Amino acid sequence: MAASEAKGTDKTVVLEVFRYRPEEEEEPTFQRYEVPYFEDWVVLDALNHIKDEIDGTLTFRWSCRMGVCGSCGMMVNGDPKLTCAAFIRDYHPATIRVEPLNYFPVIRDLVINMEDFLEKLTEVKAWLVPQEEKPVSEGEYRQTPAELAQYKQFSMCINCMLCYSACPVYGQDSDFIGPAAIALAQRYNLDSRDGATEERAEVIFSHEGIWECTFVGDCTRVCPKNVDPAGAIQQAKVSATKDWYHSVLVPWGKRDVKSR
Amino acid sequence: MPSNWWLKRKSYFMFMVRELTCLFVGGYALFLLILASRIGDADGFSALLQHRLVIVLQVIALPMVLYHTVTWLNLTPKVLVIWRGESRVSPVLIAAVHYFAWFVVSVIILWMVSMYR
Repeated sequence: MAASEAKGTDKTVVLEVFRYRPEEEEEPTFQRYEVPYFEDWVVLDALNHIKDEIDGTLTFRWSCRMGVCGSCGMMVNGDPKLTCAAFIRDYHPATIRVEPLNYFPVIRDLVINMEDFLEKLTEVKAWLVPQEEKPVSEGEYRQTPAELAQYKQFSMCINCMLCYSACPVYGQDSDFIGPAAIALAQRYNLDSRDGATEERAEVIFSHEGIWECTFVGDCTRVCPKNVDPAGAIQQAKVSATKDWYHSVLVPWGKRDVKSR
Repeated sequence: MPSNWWLKRKSYFMFMVRELTCLFVGGYALFLLILASRIGDADGFSALLQHRLVIVLQVIALPMVLYHTVTWLNLTPKVLVIWRGESRVSPVLIAAVHYFAWFVVSVIILWMVSMYR
C-alpha cells in the first residue's frame, strides 16, 4: 500500500463494492477491498485507490471530484450520495457498501445507464425557449434580480440523478418524469425570458408528471445542491390547479402563464 | 420493487406513517357526521360519546390526527412560496402563521364548547 506508507496511516477501512461484469457473470456480486483510512478521504478517493493500486478492473464514473459535475453518484450504505462528498470518516470503522444508483439499469460495476433521464430532460424541454426571438443586434434578454430569484434555486441542479434513486415513485414506475426533470421544467417555466410553459404543460401537468408524485420528499433530502425538487413539484401542482380553476371560472380571461 | 420498500429507509417509513394517519382524519370526520346525525337526540348523542369503544378510538385517533396536522403544517412552506422582491418570505414564518391559525381556531372551538356545557 504505497499511499498509506507515504502518508503514514495504519488504520484501514473495508469497502464492499458491487461488481457486475456482464461478459463474466449473470448475477452481480460484492467484492471486499481493504484500503487505507485517512481523515480527509471521501468514498471516491477510496475507489480511486482501489482502481490504481488493487484492482484496475473496477469501473465507475467520476470527473470533477468537487460536487459540481454530478457524475460520481452512487449508493453508499443504501443512501444515494455524491461519492466525492461522502467522507469515509463518517462511516469508519464500519464497512462501507458501495452500489450503483438505485432504479437504473446497470451497465457495468458502478456505472448505470442514464438514457431514461436524458430522454426525460428532452421531453420536458429543459432549456430556455425565448418568448420572442430577436437578432443579436438588439442586445441581451434582460432580467431583474427579482426575476432571477424566482428560479435560481432550481437552476442549481447538476443532473446527478441522486433524487431519482431516492424516489420510490420512480422505483415503482419509471414512466414518472421524476424530481430533477420536473424541477428543471419549473426552472424554465419560472424564467421571465422563457415562453414555452404551454409546450411543457402536456408532459409536466400530466399523471406521469407532477400528479404521480406523492410527496415522499426524499429527493429533497438527498439533493447535494439544495434544489428542493419536492418543493418544485408541489408548487407546480398549486399553479396547475389555480390555472385549471381559472380556465373553468373565467374561460374568457387571458391566462397568465407566467403566474404558474 | 418489493412490497416492503417502505421499511427500508427511515424517510420512506415516516412517509407511510404520515399517509396512514389520514385514515384517522377521514375516520374522525365520519365519526363527526354520525354525531351530527344524532344532534336532535340528546340521549343517543351522549350515549355514543360515552361508549367505551368510541373513547378508545378517540384516544387512538387524537395522536394520529395531531401527527398528521403537524407534518402537514410543516410541509406548507414547501408548497406556499411568497416573494418579497428578491427574497422569499421565511419558511419558518409561513409555517408559524399556519400554526397560529390552528391555535386561534382551536381556542374558538374550546370557547364554543365551554359556552354550551
